Amino acid sequence: MPDSKSAVVMDADRIARTLTRIAHEIVERNKGVEDLALVGVRTRGVHIARRLARTLKDITHHDIPTGSLDITLYRDDLMRHTVGPQPLIRRTEIPFSIDDKKILLVDDVLYTGRTTRAALDALIDFGRPKEIQLIVLVDRGHRELPIKADYVGKNLPTNAEESVRVRLLETDGEDEVVLQQEATV
Amino acid sequence: MSTTVHDVDQTPAITSLRSKDLLGIADLLPDEIMLVLDTADAMKEIGSRPIKKVPALRGKTVVNLFFEPSTRTRTSFEIAEKRLSADTLNIAIGTSSVVKGETLADTAMNLEAMRPDMIVLRHSSSGACHLLSRICRSAIINAGDGTHEHPTQALLDAFTIREHKKRLKGLKVAIVGDLLHSRVLRSNIHLLTRMGADVWVCGPPTLMPTDIRRFGVTPTSHVEQAVADADVIMMLRIQLERMEGAYFPSLREYFTIFGMTEARLKLAKPDVMIMHPGPMNRGVEIASEVADGPYSVILEQVANGVAVRMAVLYLLAGGAEHEEAA
Repeated sequence: MPDSKSAVVMDADRIARTLTRIAHEIVERNKGVEDLALVGVRTRGVHIARRLARTLKDITHHDIPTGSLDITLYRDDLMRHTVGPQPLIRRTEIPFSIDDKKILLVDDVLYTGRTTRAALDALIDFGRPKEIQLIVLVDRGHRELPIKADYVGKNLPTNAEESVRVRLLETDGEDEVVLQQEATV
Repeated sequence: MSTTVHDVDQTPAITSLRSKDLLGIADLLPDEIMLVLDTADAMKEIGSRPIKKVPALRGKTVVNLFFEPSTRTRTSFEIAEKRLSADTLNIAIGTSSVVKGETLADTAMNLEAMRPDMIVLRHSSSGACHLLSRICRSAIINAGDGTHEHPTQALLDAFTIREHKKRLKGLKVAIVGDLLHSRVLRSNIHLLTRMGADVWVCGPPTLMPTDIRRFGVTPTSHVEQAVADADVIMMLRIQLERMEGAYFPSLREYFTIFGMTEARLKLAKPDVMIMHPGPMNRGVEIASEVADGPYSVILEQVANGVAVRMAVLYLLAGGAEHEEAA
């Protein structure tokens, strides 16, 4: 996938170290892992959430409940597309009560903030968490809503013509974050 | 194309339906059927949440136009619409201007003038939905037309089978009952044969459509033959309201020869599923012990109906706009 107009901004080692660092930040900020639960936004946020759960278990010897959230039905542009197919819907799996939990919401890239807004609305329909903290692997700026991440893997200044692709072993065969010049758009 | 349940990260072959309407299973490709079932799988989870509602169809108006009595299907569609946040209204025959002599086409065009996005239609005439699809801009969803098709019933049956058996291909499915008058049969035959199931149909010769082999199913009038080693047994209701002559001597005789009893159930596979689209005539096509027994998934079918209808509504919601823009 990478070509002359793309650059690898995070490789596999860097991603692994970053997630370990975020796991430690989570423990530090929350003074442990009591009442914590991870919820990943489909698709890549789920895999990042699962990796964080494994790392947190290594550090604290506690299992952190982990769920996955599909935000498609909460998108603000869902019925605004006049051409093209409906976005595909995946199963949401949150096999625990989020009431009074501190939810760590995990996504791969934070951009306009619209996905996070949808995820917050979706989460609230599952109950009343004590707190929601946002974890992203890459923050590329250009927010359109008042949303800020609590844990950031990498701040990556971009312009609107660029795209950030997070590729993970589970979905794409390798771990890397690539900054690409969009040929079209 | 695979008939097994999709892995979470697997991308299905297609992401949209080709038509703006759902008129019948006959028009659907196997990949479209899989898309509906996979979408329904995601929709089912919404029904288990504390707040069983998502904002997906906010601002969309859905008219449920029912010219035949229906509790299950109409309620199921209405719950599905409400869970997707659509605005719904129900028009039932007794309270409509149909009793004043208005034709179906006029009723539809008057409704169209109020610009709904979708019309869910049940009608006693086969082809009523096709008529509406030609004259309406709205997406038309067939909720049962005469003896023609009842596509959402077949989709929810397939969804229920797939949940239990993880596949449709290669399963022996026995469909027993009033074959002649059943739109559920026709939709199920289209769907199950298309997905590679081995479909057997069984009923009195008087209720057996003459050209049924043409659909790739095996007909028989011996219920024991039909249910032998079956993975799924689907009972159809004896539709007395559609029968104008005498098709069999008595209901008691029908039960003796074709009724699903515990003894006949033993001929099927040990993990057989008993299905019925409802409403059931206990003691006519199915014994109460079977209907309420451990192999029965009849109430699961009802529960799954909501998820499947949510999937259909969602997938068609973009369609009508699409047509307009094109």
